[in-house]
Amino acid sequence: MSETKYMNPYLAGFLLGLLLLVTVFITGRGLGASGAVKSGVVAIVNTIAPSHTDNTHFYKEYFEEHSGNPLKSWLVFEVIGVVIGAFISGLISNRLKFTLEHSPKITNNIRIITALLGGALFGFGAQLGRGCTSGAALSGMGVLSAGGIITMLAIFGGAYAFAYFFRKLWI
Amino acid sequence: MAPLVPDIIGNELNFIVAILIGIAFGFILEQAGFSTSKKLVGLFYGYDFTVLRVFFTAGVTAMIGVIALGHFGMLDLNLIYINPTFIWSAIVGGLIMGLGFVVGGFCPGTSICAAGIGKIDAMIFVGGSFLGVYAFAEGYPLFEGLYKAGNWGSPRIFEIMGMSQALFAFLLTFMAVFAFIVTTKIEEKVSGKKNPEFLPVKLYASLAVIAVLIGISAFVLPNRQEYIINQASNDTKLSSFNPGIMTIDELAFRILDEDQKIQIIDFRTPEQFKEINLPNSVNLSIESMFTKDAIQMLLTNHKKRVFVADDEVTEKKAAFIAEKLGFDEIYIVPGGLNSFKDNILNFKPSATVNSKQEADTYTFREKASKIIPKIIEENKLKQTPVKKETKRTLGGC
Repeated sequence: MSETKYMNPYLAGFLLGLLLLVTVFITGRGLGASGAVKSGVVAIVNTIAPSHTDNTHFYKEYFEEHSGNPLKSWLVFEVIGVVIGAFISGLISNRLKFTLEHSPKITNNIRIITALLGGALFGFGAQLGRGCTSGAALSGMGVLSAGGIITMLAIFGGAYAFAYFFRKLWI
Repeated sequence: MAPLVPDIIGNELNFIVAILIGIAFGFILEQAGFSTSKKLVGLFYGYDFTVLRVFFTAGVTAMIGVIALGHFGMLDLNLIYINPTFIWSAIVGGLIMGLGFVVGGFCPGTSICAAGIGKIDAMIFVGGSFLGVYAFAEGYPLFEGLYKAGNWGSPRIFEIMGMSQALFAFLLTFMAVFAFIVTTKIEEKVSGKKNPEFLPVKLYASLAVIAVLIGISAFVLPNRQEYIINQASNDTKLSSFNPGIMTIDELAFRILDEDQKIQIIDFRTPEQFKEINLPNSVNLSIESMFTKDAIQMLLTNHKKRVFVADDEVTEKKAAFIAEKLGFDEIYIVPGGLNSFKDNILNFKPSATVNSKQEADTYTFREKASKIIPKIIEENKLKQTPVKKETKRTLGGC
């Protein structure tokens, strides 16, 4: 069976916007992703080296702002949902498949390195910028937050500015 | 009134809501094609603008929805999370994320989505993002200065630009539609394929026209809050409005009786309220009557709501607004607290007594003038009732 076509982007965007609206209406906050990664990192470090988290500034600040288990946070549950939702969607549209996707012009190894590096940069930048494309840019635009929109412009502006230098990875 | 968390939906149930919202989020992202890096980076090389279409449509939809819900008084915009603005970390962090985008081909949300359908590169990207966060955490003392520099608070974008929310929303919407048309042309050139279905035409255009018409009508009409306050400030409207009456003597009697069936709502300033307040009363201002907190305060069921202020006009105005907000059992005190102070608290026996009824009233007032100040004093010692304040939602990544 072949893959189903992707949804019309405007319809998908409309649905995504409605979902964001419902999220704000119910919870008073938007969608997110990188916040769950942060909770995950704090939980891992706290489990492996609890004395380290007690003595390190970043984790101390985190525990001052959040009480209880770092994994018991809204975004962690939301991200678990994202994995389930994507899986369901992949299942109905015949897109479930283990693949390492990359441009035919680059090798698997290069793709592994760039994916790891890109993820690291994004994770780092999302901490500095207080949110990623979901939490800062999309949710920020929904509530017209100045910070969110500035971050959004910087993300896309940055991507366009750097795109030329990495064109060999994609085209 | 929304947000529904934490009063209507508890914090535990909220985790279930989180999973459900997440499922919808993941499903939509995957259906939109955000589970493949090729499609995502297409935006930056001009061969596929799906990301822009989905992202802009979603942002504009949510924005209009948030504005509309706020406009019609269904969502308290003071309680929703507005991402704070730290200008330097927003720019530098954003640029680093942009670099990560073209190098890695995903962003955190889309990588988690793509990992969900088995993309190994996405799983590696997710792993990388853990390393990135870890690096930030360990190096935090180095970055803390930049992270906390340029704190602007949590302004909304249109405030910074000095325009109204409605105008900004319009401009952004038109910008989005313009971008949809232009990028579709670019895409046709770069990829050499015609994609007529991606031009926002026909159905979408007509939907957009309807939305714009609804929008215009909504913005031309004053919002609910302004409308009600305007009406309340209109003397003829106010004079034809007759709320329940609770005389100063009845109020005094109920206070002496420690009547639990009344809720006194005090519309003086917080300073005045702090100085002296009636037992079991809460402080509220006319401006704050539209917030979720105030509405919760007014939601005391099976009680007479007694509105007090120094003067009767303020009481009447507040009562008028409360009635428009759908509350009943509202009473005002003729003459206001000024009359209550003059005739009850600082009662001076009058030389002439004209009738038996007046004599009874005076006997009562004399008794009340001795006891009520004591009750007020005791109540003050008991600590003024803690004002429940709903905090802005904490959020963010």
